Amino acid sequence: MTIQQVVFILISLITIISAIVVVTDRNLFRAAVGLMASFLGVAGLYIILEAGFLAVAQLLVYIGAISILVIFAIMMTRRLMQTIESPFNSQPVWGLIGAVLAFLLLALVAIRTWPTAQYPAPSGPVVESSVQQLGALMVSPDAYVVPFEVASVLLLAALIGAVAISRTEGS
Amino acid sequence: MVPLSWYLIVAALLFCIGLYGVMARRNAVAILMSVELMLNAVNINLVAFWRYLQPDLQVGVSWAIFVIAVAAAEAAVGLALIIAVYRSRDSVVAEELDTLKY
Repeated sequence: MTIQQVVFILISLITIISAIVVVTDRNLFRAAVGLMASFLGVAGLYIILEAGFLAVAQLLVYIGAISILVIFAIMMTRRLMQTIESPFNSQPVWGLIGAVLAFLLLALVAIRTWPTAQYPAPSGPVVESSVQQLGALMVSPDAYVVPFEVASVLLLAALIGAVAISRTEGS
Repeated sequence: MVPLSWYLIVAALLFCIGLYGVMARRNAVAILMSVELMLNAVNINLVAFWRYLQPDLQVGVSWAIFVIAVAAAEAAVGLALIIAVYRSRDSVVAEELDTLKY
């Protein structure tokens, strides 16, 4: 086992264990902190995959913005911090069965379609100017300029929508 | 080196943990957090396929960036909805929000 595999396994364990904390912990605040740890693990996976820009975007958007938003929502809604009630609804067993079956199906497809022996390592190095290429793709009319603009309109709509939905009457 | 299938297994596991959270949690905020986990699992898959199969094209990374943008919009609107519902119903338990059912 190489050092890279050991690092991969450690980061994956952080990601998976904190994800399990997110879905099972009674205390929602602890679940939110687990969510941050899980996002951090995913950023680590991006770094092993040599997608540095995406790792930074993950840190900024997920840990910096979305986690903070979730924590604010938890603090603004009373009764959430109570830990007496069960964290689950009426169907935790069926949910577990469904999730395990879905995992078995996905894992089977992954192992049979992309066997370990055939794809042991990346097929080539990442090009030096990959972030430059990415920036050019985002504004090139032949590539992603339309999805890029649609995404900016979507974010604006989400911004206005969030304010419109959550403001109180008469203010 | 790490084989491609290891990434796919980790992503599948993360996705199914999120799926379990969506199906089994009571609290609407917790359901939203589980959805974020599922979106992250999809992103791991996109980036792993980009790195192992097409490292000279930036397709996988650009898609992952769009997924992040949509996830941010979804979190903002979703949490605003939860707070609005909490104001009017005084509850964030998903099972108690059943007005549309009757």
